[in-house]
Amino acid sequence: MEGKVTKQDILNDSDFKELTQQKKTISVMLTIIELILYFGFIALIAFNKPFLASKITSTITIGIPIAIGTIILSWVLTGIYVRWANNKYDALVSKVKEKFGG
Amino acid sequence: MQETIIGQTNPLAIAFFLLFVISTLAITYWAANKRTRTTKEFYAAGRSITGFQNGLALAGDYMSAASFLGIAGLVSTRGYDGLIYSVGWLVGWPIIMFLISEPLRNLGKYTFADVVAYRLQQRPIRAAAATGSLVTVLFYLVAQMVGAGTLIKLMFGFPFEVAIIVVGTLMISYVLFGGMLATTWVQIIKAVMLLGGATLLVILTLAQFGFEYGTLFGAAAKQYGDKFLEPGGLVTNPIDAFSLGIALMFGTAGLPHILMRFYTVPDAKEARKSVFYATGFIGYFYILTVTIGFGAAVLVGQKVIMGIDKGGNMAAPLLAEVLGGTVFLGFLAAVAFATILAVVTGLTLAGASALSHDLYVGVLRRGVANEKEEVKVAKAAMICLGIAAILLGILFKGENVAFMVGLAFAVAASANFPALLMSIMWKKFTTKGAVASIYTGLTLAVVLIVLSPTVWVDIIHGKEKKAIETQIKDLDVQSKQRIEMLQRQGGLSETAIAAEKAQVEAKTEELNAQMPKAIFPLKNPGLISMAAAFLVGIFVSLLSSEKTAEEKFEEEKLRSYIGIGAE
Repeated sequence: MEGKVTKQDILNDSDFKELTQQKKTISVMLTIIELILYFGFIALIAFNKPFLASKITSTITIGIPIAIGTIILSWVLTGIYVRWANNKYDALVSKVKEKFGG
Repeated sequence: MQETIIGQTNPLAIAFFLLFVISTLAITYWAANKRTRTTKEFYAAGRSITGFQNGLALAGDYMSAASFLGIAGLVSTRGYDGLIYSVGWLVGWPIIMFLISEPLRNLGKYTFADVVAYRLQQRPIRAAAATGSLVTVLFYLVAQMVGAGTLIKLMFGFPFEVAIIVVGTLMISYVLFGGMLATTWVQIIKAVMLLGGATLLVILTLAQFGFEYGTLFGAAAKQYGDKFLEPGGLVTNPIDAFSLGIALMFGTAGLPHILMRFYTVPDAKEARKSVFYATGFIGYFYILTVTIGFGAAVLVGQKVIMGIDKGGNMAAPLLAEVLGGTVFLGFLAAVAFATILAVVTGLTLAGASALSHDLYVGVLRRGVANEKEEVKVAKAAMICLGIAAILLGILFKGENVAFMVGLAFAVAASANFPALLMSIMWKKFTTKGAVASIYTGLTLAVVLIVLSPTVWVDIIHGKEKKAIETQIKDLDVQSKQRIEMLQRQGGLSETAIAAEKAQVEAKTEELNAQMPKAIFPLKNPGLISMAAAFLVGIFVSLLSSEKTAEEKFEEEKLRSYIGIGAE
């Protein structure tokens, strides 16, 4: 099979198509979640300051865990992506590569 | 608190700093021995850096002294508003991860212009992308250099010019002799020092409050009122906030010195890992910085902090002095110095690469130049940029350059990011579209910020603004005195007081009307300039179809998604 494989063969391969499709979907989805997370936070500050100022304990306002949470969640999202890519994506890539002889 | 020694020459701080310089120079010597002769070695450390190491180095490149000292200061003086700001500095990293990191690594070689030019015409693209890179780097660099001179003067007592020349000379040496390999290790060491120092400072702070965040916030609220823990005046205009948010978020994904780091790792897998580590380190760092800010507000006090520096930049060092004495202050001052040094080194290397790899080889030599020649040009570009950075730093001494960081991010978000993203994602993107998009984003970002309240009112018409503000203040004081006097004389009717007040109000309004007005209303142009860059890029591309670029897109997929043919 080697030597006869053209670029077109790989491009038309169903596994390759699935791989690009999955990567696009997850990238776009996670990007949208991140945008909602951050601009949602900004929108809260702009339009609902009293909510952020409400207290959850005798001293801490809810705005503090929300801000820190935005930072931590952003990091968790990158973790989710790496996990997906290391397991699923890399597996699909090596599958395609094996099929066409590396 | 007792007297601070900030601003005096501190032998301990200098000793710590010398230790950092000696160790980084030793690494440079080692890196130079490993050869920096090929372009791959000089620009990309031979692609030998691991994902974890690059994660630390990315964090080192990104965590500037301005964000460490600046955000701690902002939190200590403005409470929750400082926290809002710190969130904005982190959220660009997931975007880099999801949209850019892997294709960037697979498609490019040394600079992000490689990716944009991959299937388009080399010369116009490289010229445009290099311009975008250089403008971003220069604005960021000037802000960093001026900040460096000021901070070092404040902390070590060195003259401004000496500080800038020391920083400039060291950064040129690292890159010239050790290339990207030495630069990477400078970043790693600095990141470890900064994260370690900040962690220790937070532990010492929290120890004062029984390791309870609640007690710390309670003490802060007791001293400065509940308002300190609530969003205040920083975000008043929602569109302004969105615009700044966009510049911070997408600007991060368009910073040339950050993007360049992705070529130091062997493949896309390591590239993605490095973003995960970097995001973790940077997020952790901002959480520490915010804690330090609140700690400084309580344990040092706003009066003392603002007495030394109005912007609050000395909050973290002052806190270190209170909690760990002269030794810890010395250590933290050295960390801040190292931080500045590392950031300007990374920036200058990215600028030099744009000059040599994109402009000299890509445009002037039309892509034909041997390795030796390119490395030579890159080193010469490094020396020129280094000297330019020193001169610009001295030229802008004492000027208000804080807006330049915002501008660098706006340019990165408008000139670099849209073209990069569209070239990766969009089949019908053309050379004309890319060039139009880059120059539109660049021009709009620069012009609009000049016309914005930040520059037009505060800097260009700053004197008039201040004069009117003083007049209004005087008017207010005078009128209060008059009313008081009239009241003391007695027999004054309510109507007379009301009339006096109305008169003052009218005068104030009149003065306010004379206040210089910004031609462009937003403080940061990101929203408009980035949107325009995307729209112009799409529009021009649709008008100018480019067959070869479209055909190459399919081929590009193989390299972008599975790394076939990646360098």
